[in-house]
Amino acid sequence: MPQITVTVDGITHEVEVEPRLLLVHLLRDRLGKTGTPIGCDTSNCGACTVLMDGKSVKSCSVLAVQADQSDILTIEGLSTDGTWHPLQKAFHEEHALQCGYCTPGMIMASLDLLRENPAPDDDAIRKGLEGNLCRCTGYCNIVRAVRRAAAEMSGREVSAT
Amino acid sequence: MIPAPFDYVRPGSLDEAVTALADAGEDAKVLAGGQSLLPLLRLRLAYPSTLVDIGRVPELKGVRDEGDHVFIGAMTTHDEVLHSDLVRAECPLVALATATVADPAVRHRGTFGGALAHADPAGDLPAVAVALDMRMVARSRDGEREIPAAGFFVDYLETALGPGEILAGVRVPKLGPGWGFHYEKFHRTAQAWAIVGVAAAVRRSNGTIEEARIGLTNMATRPLRAAAVEQAVRGLAVTDTAALRGAAAHAAENTDPPSDLHGGPDYRRHLAQVLTHRALMAAAAA
Repeated sequence: MPQITVTVDGITHEVEVEPRLLLVHLLRDRLGKTGTPIGCDTSNCGACTVLMDGKSVKSCSVLAVQADQSDILTIEGLSTDGTWHPLQKAFHEEHALQCGYCTPGMIMASLDLLRENPAPDDDAIRKGLEGNLCRCTGYCNIVRAVRRAAAEMSGREVSAT
Repeated sequence: MIPAPFDYVRPGSLDEAVTALADAGEDAKVLAGGQSLLPLLRLRLAYPSTLVDIGRVPELKGVRDEGDHVFIGAMTTHDEVLHSDLVRAECPLVALATATVADPAVRHRGTFGGALAHADPAGDLPAVAVALDMRMVARSRDGEREIPAAGFFVDYLETALGPGEILAGVRVPKLGPGWGFHYEKFHRTAQAWAIVGVAAAVRRSNGTIEEARIGLTNMATRPLRAAAVEQAVRGLAVTDTAALRGAAAHAAENTDPPSDLHGGPDYRRHLAQVLTHRALMAAAAA
């Protein structure tokens, strides 16, 4: 079996994997990173989104062997020393989740969006999150949360709207 | 859902890759970004014996200016294509269509060459390839050959690539000044495949259309050129909405659109006409 080296949330793992093992299964079943859920399993919903070398990917559509020598960031690696990331705080404060199943993917995709565009307008936020589905219909609050986090991350005042 | 077992090889060069593919036999499959292939494997719609992962072949990456054309390496991701100044300047239609492919996460992994070699008639880039007369560069152990886009797409998920061939890259001709471009896509949700798509390139001079190239997405089992529209549109004023609508009414000629849960052939034929009109208007004004 191929041996791969992956760094997940700052910790480097050397693991033997079957070639057909999906990255999301490596994360959840082998490394215990169950913060990343499996949603649709057909690369539509984006619930399993993680960052791979800084860019968002759907971890159900990447083989673990393809992630060899890469740096993975999951929702579990987002807070630092128990302090929530501005996106996590904003999703909480804006009530941007109901059942919460899509939230890890929404937050990771938002992080990628803000890397590309630190001050997105609502349209850019909606476009940036087009690969992530929320079935509780919470998009309005999700967009608000991303806007709030963007403001906090760039030190701007949060607008009231 | 878990794919059926397969052997896995990850060559480090193009020579190694074509050798690995030839050695692995006819049930082997090339793995590019995997954004179409992995869902197929998970649904157990494909059972390759071996995956040849070309994700770490450096020769297959990047965009280069080669004089009268731009070379786009097959393993250049959609995201890299979108961020290429060269593509945006010299192949705007490629950038416009690529921006509509799936969603950002898929565009980070999915590749330009993979999307073409997968040859899904609902994919956005094949129609652009035929509209622009791209030249596909195929590599095998026997060397390199060029396949014109018009002969590359054979049927549903089928290309002219032989069993031992890998799509190494694509030569995208530069069209020069005077051209306007647009990709018009109709889909049910933001990230979904096109129900119908229209890639339009229009050359204008003094307010008149001199030449047009129209590619149709998902109007047959392979991408098509709307030749009748291209003829009808010549000489029309770029602002003549009614005349352009009349030309676009030819868009469904010689098509064979599929039927699925999104709509039947009649619906798609109607869509092709409406979307071609929109694409022409936008490209003529671009």
